[in-house]
Amino acid sequence: MTARGTVVVDVERCKGCELCIPACPPGVLVMSDQVNGHGYRFPLLEPGCTGCRACHDVCPDYVFEVYRFTAGPADEPARPGVA
Amino acid sequence: MINTDVPPAEPNRRIAGFSPELLVTEEHPLCPGCGHPIAWRMLLEVLEDLSLESRAIGVVGHGCYTHIITTTDIDFLQCLHGRAPSAATGVKRVQPDAAVFTLQGDGDLVNEGLQETLHTAARGEAITSIMVNNGVFGDTGGHMTSTTVIGQRTKTSIDGRDPDRHGFPIPVAELLCHLPGAAYVARGAVNTAPSIARTKKMLRRAFELQAAGAGFTFVEILTMCPTGWFVPAKDGGDYLSGSMEAAYPLGELKGG
Amino acid sequence: MGTQLMKGGSAIAASAISAGCRFFAGYPMEPFTALLEGFSVQMPGAGGTCINAESEIEGINMALGASAAGARAATGSCGQGLALMQEAIAEAALNELPLVVFNLARGQQDYFQATRGGGWGDYRTIALAPKDAAEAVEHTQLLFHLADLYRTPVLLYGDYLVSGTYMSVDTSPRHYGDLAPKDWALDGTLGGTRRSRVIWTWRRGKVWDPGPGPDKHWQAVADKYERIAATEARHESSRTEDADTVVVAFGTTAPFVEYVVEELRGDGVRIGWFRPVSLWPFPELALAEATESARRVLVYELNAGQMIDDVRLSVTDRTKVVPIGRVSQDESGLKQGELLAVDAVRERIVGHLDPRRPAPGARSGRAGQRGA
Repeated sequence: MTARGTVVVDVERCKGCELCIPACPPGVLVMSDQVNGHGYRFPLLEPGCTGCRACHDVCPDYVFEVYRFTAGPADEPARPGVA
Repeated sequence: MINTDVPPAEPNRRIAGFSPELLVTEEHPLCPGCGHPIAWRMLLEVLEDLSLESRAIGVVGHGCYTHIITTTDIDFLQCLHGRAPSAATGVKRVQPDAAVFTLQGDGDLVNEGLQETLHTAARGEAITSIMVNNGVFGDTGGHMTSTTVIGQRTKTSIDGRDPDRHGFPIPVAELLCHLPGAAYVARGAVNTAPSIARTKKMLRRAFELQAAGAGFTFVEILTMCPTGWFVPAKDGGDYLSGSMEAAYPLGELKGG
Repeated sequence: MGTQLMKGGSAIAASAISAGCRFFAGYPMEPFTALLEGFSVQMPGAGGTCINAESEIEGINMALGASAAGARAATGSCGQGLALMQEAIAEAALNELPLVVFNLARGQQDYFQATRGGGWGDYRTIALAPKDAAEAVEHTQLLFHLADLYRTPVLLYGDYLVSGTYMSVDTSPRHYGDLAPKDWALDGTLGGTRRSRVIWTWRRGKVWDPGPGPDKHWQAVADKYERIAATEARHESSRTEDADTVVVAFGTTAPFVEYVVEELRGDGVRIGWFRPVSLWPFPELALAEATESARRVLVYELNAGQMIDDVRLSVTDRTKVVPIGRVSQDESGLKQGELLAVDAVRERIVGHLDPRRPAPGARSGRAGQRGA
């Protein structure tokens, strides 16, 4: 499957709540075996992300940035702001 | 696994990951899987989308959610448990052009502050009352509130809420619908992406109606409290759908 | 505006409005009700808000909110209603919100409530006890000034005489000095500037601009009340310099005592009177001085003995202090009873004068008898 998007994960911010896992419609998030500096497992991304941003929406801790691949040059961000 | 450390090299558009400008830090001490930060985010996004940053005054009760007053760059009054609607009445009467909202948990609003809420709604005060409802007094360590659902275990209903011993929960949103002064009553949730999007629309409508002088607006937001519910964080979303939504149906109950 | 004949409750409302009060919320309860009615009638014309609150707790919390938003705000009740408001009074003290609270009380049994308070924390409340409606009009404006000056709740302790008597009063604005602008008040305008405000008893501030936190803040608030205690004590007294006997009374009881003392002076009795005008801060130093050479200090209050605690704390030799009042309410329970009368006052004072030298021309035949 061709990914239509991808995410950046702020590993150290994650608290291991795993709410993103069932929220992902294509089911491409899995929790790591390793832990971050706080002792929490964090999400890893398998192929097939659609860039739908559900993971970002359900996360209480701003762990995710979500990107959609564009055919042409990069557009303006959908919602300007600081990462 | 896909590398998720850095943005992609391919042409892309970043579509999520912007936290509200008004939220000066995204860090918070709330439990893993807590729903409150999601509710906060919706609130602040709405204030920014409606350009209310320099008109917003928040009146906040006592609970885990109180922490928002330290991380959010707007004016706040932290007030006595249950009394936020009364304090907000005073604020709004003196600053009628401000976007005045209250933020209270279920314990603050339905336990301590039930009469304040009903009277403020009856008077049709032009404030937006927001209740984050997780059916438990989280800040005191997980005790029963007036919205704890039948069967729900808390430290003071350890075998599960039983109507014979503990009485029944109070659906305050449904009570408010009967009051002519309440212009808009809605209930959302933050356990799924679609619910979150719908909740944001409810908040937006509430603030728009406040600005239009329509009267009292109320948005209840069901949030997860896995710690208080004795469930793992990852099960909080399912617990909310399974237990709380049955007692508290989602949707625009009045004025939608 | 000039002087006009007004009912006390209406006059206090007019005086508050002259002081710039633009928010009042209260719940009817006798004898405070006349004040609520006064505000209800007068506020709209002044461009202010008067809310007949659905409960006392809601009323005072509305006033707190109005104060937080920068208005001069007030609430009130009688002592029974103030009992419900104690938490909010403490809250105003600890988050430093100006607030004027009117106790139009059912008698003199609220002295402890007015001076010790029933809220939590280390706080005090400036409490003024006018002797009549005219003084209440003056105190009202002074209290709005003090509330703003010190950012604290303040109290007027009146009663049915203050509320219900028609007196000739001048409610025009009085000026007590310039005040700093309320830049701490909430109006929403600093949102997004990193200068937004938070009013909070715990004063932790914002993460980018931390506050002192509860320990340092609550100590600072306590220190503020020490400073107020040193500067805001008020009293009135007469004939104490050469007095054998000094009678202490507060509020509307005091004019009765004053009248009897003047009569007894006319009969050659060496007697004086002392009236604390501020119940807190209690005028300890002035009372100590006024009673230094007296042989007895008689305390006439219509309760089981409340102000007398402060009298004993102030008078150098506390063995001189004698209670000569008692609980006295009329049959309705809503106002003072038979002891608020010149004959009763005279009988009780004369009964405690030196028994070896009965007062010349004593009108009471029962000198030396302690009143029942």
